[in-house]
Amino acid sequence: MSLRNIGIVYRKELVDSLRDRRTLISMVAVPLLLMPLLTIGMGVLSAKLVGQAMEEVPEVMILGGEDSPKLRAELERMENVRIVPAKSDYAEEISSKQIRAAVEIPEGFDTKLASGAPMTVKIYMYEGELKSGFGANRLQKFFRDLRDRAIRERLEARQLPESLVRPFDIEQQNVAPAEKVGGAVLGGLVPYFVILLCLTGAMYPAMDLTAGEKERGTIETILCSPVSRTHLVLGKFLMVLTASVATAVLSISSMAVSFGVGKKMLLGMANGAADAALQITMTGKAVISVFFMVLPLAVLFSAALLAIALFAKSFKEAQSYISPLMIVVVLPAVAALLPGVELNTTLALVPVLNTSLVSKEIITGTYHWKYIALIFASSCIYAAAAIAIAVKLFQREDVLFRS
Amino acid sequence: MIEAQNLVKRFRDKKRGEVCAVDRVSFRCRPGEIYGLLGANGAGKTTTLRMLATILTPSEGTAIVAGYDVKREPQKVRSCVGFLSTATALYGRLSAQEMVEYFGRLHGLDEPTLRRRIDTIFERLEMNDFRNRRCDKLSTGMKQKVSIARTLVHDPSVMIFDEPTVGLDVMAARAIVGFIRECREHGKTVIFSTHVMSEVEKLCDHIGIIHGGRLLAEGTLAELRLRFGKQDLEDIFIEVVEP
Repeated sequence: MSLRNIGIVYRKELVDSLRDRRTLISMVAVPLLLMPLLTIGMGVLSAKLVGQAMEEVPEVMILGGEDSPKLRAELERMENVRIVPAKSDYAEEISSKQIRAAVEIPEGFDTKLASGAPMTVKIYMYEGELKSGFGANRLQKFFRDLRDRAIRERLEARQLPESLVRPFDIEQQNVAPAEKVGGAVLGGLVPYFVILLCLTGAMYPAMDLTAGEKERGTIETILCSPVSRTHLVLGKFLMVLTASVATAVLSISSMAVSFGVGKKMLLGMANGAADAALQITMTGKAVISVFFMVLPLAVLFSAALLAIALFAKSFKEAQSYISPLMIVVVLPAVAALLPGVELNTTLALVPVLNTSLVSKEIITGTYHWKYIALIFASSCIYAAAAIAIAVKLFQREDVLFRS
Repeated sequence: MIEAQNLVKRFRDKKRGEVCAVDRVSFRCRPGEIYGLLGANGAGKTTTLRMLATILTPSEGTAIVAGYDVKREPQKVRSCVGFLSTATALYGRLSAQEMVEYFGRLHGLDEPTLRRRIDTIFERLEMNDFRNRRCDKLSTGMKQKVSIARTLVHDPSVMIFDEPTVGLDVMAARAIVGFIRECREHGKTVIFSTHVMSEVEKLCDHIGIIHGGRLLAEGTLAELRLRFGKQDLEDIFIEVVEP
């Protein structure tokens, strides 16, 4: 094994790739631009949209209640909703977002409230629709306040303490540290991005260094040099791995910076929508640990992409082979985001999914050493197998000179 | 010295099944000599030369190139061989100098030797004007010079040219022919393949006519003329391949 020759090939491929605009775009520009766009852009946009939705005064309909002028008068005094005339097709209007919600007042509300007879107020809304939710919430708050007030008045009239109907309070408090709370929100997303970017970062150089060489006719030039094919493929592999890791490192750094900036911007906007985002903190240790876990996966991707792309006669053909691979990688990476999918010995052996799952745990601050060891070892074995296959393919004339 | 001994190369083809591209080809080419492999397209010239350059491994038989067996010591063979063909392209994003340096380093040259070799070759081939220009920005003639410099950087004793003038204009082709002659003058063993009769007549000390993967006739131009009773090489070639 001549490290010198591997080094010569690697250096040349690095210089060559760094001069290629397409490699630079996939390796540097995409992570540096995509991450701020995703974190800041999406964060600001969603905070803005939620803010706008909250600011909007929702139009609501009051159905019935003609016999309860007191209630109607109170409802009409509400400043945070706008009452529109009642129509029989209120459900249709809510569904088509013409109004946000409607409330159905039971017959004789004022009288029943005074007498203490039971009754039900129905609020109609569009489930899952943000603005309709806000409208319904405001109506609900109005009636909850009204109910509380009625209870208080009844208790006072009978000279009974409030604790009679409220013997104790319930308080829910978070005890998990900030990193765990953040992890629960971002836990699945970060490894998903890192894994995906490791793949996309390696894709272009892998095709350029194999099928690209065939297409440009340089493969024959390099094969007539005394460098052994094993050294040649290892030099190329190191270059693809560099691109893969560089893309991931740049993405994570860019994500961290944009997250910091985004957090400040969201703080500035200071509304409820930013709350969830502001909870998120990620420790340096967790980030480094995720990198460590993803590294064998980057090796696996680099070697596998190199082997697949080598098989192709041209760049275009390589693209058509490699594109489906995206799905093969994205599916297990997404599976880890699903609720309820948790690490076990079997899943620890499934490439991509295992790394995604363990990274999710690491980000929440949980280190299952048994699984970490098993996943790292299995990923290393898969990576070694992929390198062996790539080396083997480089020895095959029918692959190198496929026509 | 090149000594091909019953070289056979078989390929597996999806449509045609097993194809024998080169069939028991044997010949010898000595230092200071140019051996011309003459044949039509698909005759087996490129495959033969690729086997000599160890880019392909023979299915049967072997060849001794510069004292090394192509099957057993392919890397040693490659370190003594300069291989040039129109298929051996340049790395477009490297400069002329970087391209030659890369191959010099792969041939194990140390930095001072590499510098010296590059300076001498660039001076001799008049490449100093474009030594730092990227290969994809060079004219065909300049590219050809870079390719020549690449094959010469390690001072090989054996030169293999596979249809080196295909697709070149008259001037570039002339430069290549001149370079091949120079190699002979420097005592190198030279083998080159072509289907251009005039190049063979001008250059070759020995001629091998290859057809359907088999070496059908061999000898000096004078010997071939005498054997076939014809003066024109084209007539001799036709007589050999279509008896």
